[in-house]
Amino acid sequence: MSFFVLFLIAVVILVVWAVAKYNSLVTLRNQVLNGWKQIDIQLKRRHDLIPNLVNAVKGYMEYEQETLQKVIAARNAAVTATGVADAAQKEGALTAALSKLFALAESYPNLKANENVRQLQEELSSTENKVSFARQFYNDIATKFNIAQQVFPGNIIAGIFRFQRSELFEVTEAEERAVPQVDLSLKK
Amino acid sequence: MTSLPRNIHEQQAANRLDTVLVMTAFVLFFAVLGLGFDTFFLGFQFGGPPHRGLGFPAATLIALAYGGFRAWSSYQSGAQSVLHSTGARPVGEANPEFQQLANVVDEMSIASGVPRPALYVIPDQDPNAFATGKDPANASIAVTQGLVERLNREELQGVIAHEMSHIRNYDIRLMTVVAALMGAILLLAEFGLRSFRFGGARSKGSSRSTGPIFLVFWLLALLLAPLLSQILALAVSRQREYLADASGAELTRNPNALANALAKIDAAEEPTRSIKKGSAHLCIGDPLGRKANEHEGFFANLFATHPPIEKRITLLRAMAYEHT
Repeated sequence: MSFFVLFLIAVVILVVWAVAKYNSLVTLRNQVLNGWKQIDIQLKRRHDLIPNLVNAVKGYMEYEQETLQKVIAARNAAVTATGVADAAQKEGALTAALSKLFALAESYPNLKANENVRQLQEELSSTENKVSFARQFYNDIATKFNIAQQVFPGNIIAGIFRFQRSELFEVTEAEERAVPQVDLSLKK
Repeated sequence: MTSLPRNIHEQQAANRLDTVLVMTAFVLFFAVLGLGFDTFFLGFQFGGPPHRGLGFPAATLIALAYGGFRAWSSYQSGAQSVLHSTGARPVGEANPEFQQLANVVDEMSIASGVPRPALYVIPDQDPNAFATGKDPANASIAVTQGLVERLNREELQGVIAHEMSHIRNYDIRLMTVVAALMGAILLLAEFGLRSFRFGGARSKGSSRSTGPIFLVFWLLALLLAPLLSQILALAVSRQREYLADASGAELTRNPNALANALAKIDAAEEPTRSIKKGSAHLCIGDPLGRKANEHEGFFANLFATHPPIEKRITLLRAMAYEHT
């Protein structure tokens, strides 16, 4: 009799634990999705800002047509990206192209004096920051979600309900890892 | 409480424990103040016959209820009154002067996963900042005009990250509630002392059986109430400055920027005039520029609202060194 009661208590504890574990996994999954949505919002904003910036600086940077072309091309490629890994790669290329443009813009005093360009640059560098902070937040929460799925005994629940691991938004592109090469020699 | 665990989760755990201890101390404080009143004025006695006095510790219950009410009402409306008292003005969406500030707040809100707080600017030339509110969804950050003018983008980001950490760690709620509890204790102690002076202990029988020891203890509690509750409140506030520094640096991954910002805030000699003494413990740097905050040591530790800024800067530089 008392053995049966103990057995019942053990079963109840097990069920309560399983429900709590399942719920915490679902919560984490939603946080991961939300984190990804945050990155997405910032990436869209970045895509919208870039044509404005390129138009604003075009007149000043006549000798940098190639850089501007690269930025536009990278931007157009990034807009069509699908999935986490693809987006990470194409956005990485865009970041590299943009930082080259910013570095070049430093050597145009007229450009820096333009209030409109200054505001656009602040907006765009803030968006750059937001992308990287959103990525940081997404990666942290996705890592937490992945670990929760892998450690014992949580992995049993994750296995039963077929939770999928989240991809991390990682910069694998060699272009972004490398320091952008800025040519400072005067060629006219 | 002076040792500093490096790890952020250890610090958060230590903070939670501190908070529980401080809240327990406040509840005990209210109970002692009320129980003394019950014993010496209403003739209440534990385990005594129920017909004596009211038969239950009425003043104790009233004191606890009063403390609870004050904590609750400040939780509801404390943030607005603090902002109002500093003359803070909300920052509009499209104000080019504060475009960078608004952007930095957006960035830190994304980094911390906390909803974007309302942003206010205080017209004061001394660099300072504070956060307030009842929870992360209803929070505000206020910075002075001087802060916006003196700090560069990275330093501004460091300060906002520090404030955002106060919001995320629920420090803002704790600090407003603690300030209200402090006020409530002062009022109750005052009331107790007055009754003692004018009324005198009415029911002699009970005070004889409870013994004079509790009477002395109660009087001491009444007299020391302002001091003790202040020490409690300040202990909470100092501990949380270290944590906010550390988790702020974790958000920006740039501890040096916050260290530089703190150095600039410290270097600005003037006191922040528009921030009243009652809100001092909310700010990133002591608005009164008091000497107590510059020293380590037993008494300085007891009475400073903030840990010494030098020590905070040293810790942040150490973090920066670990990162590289």
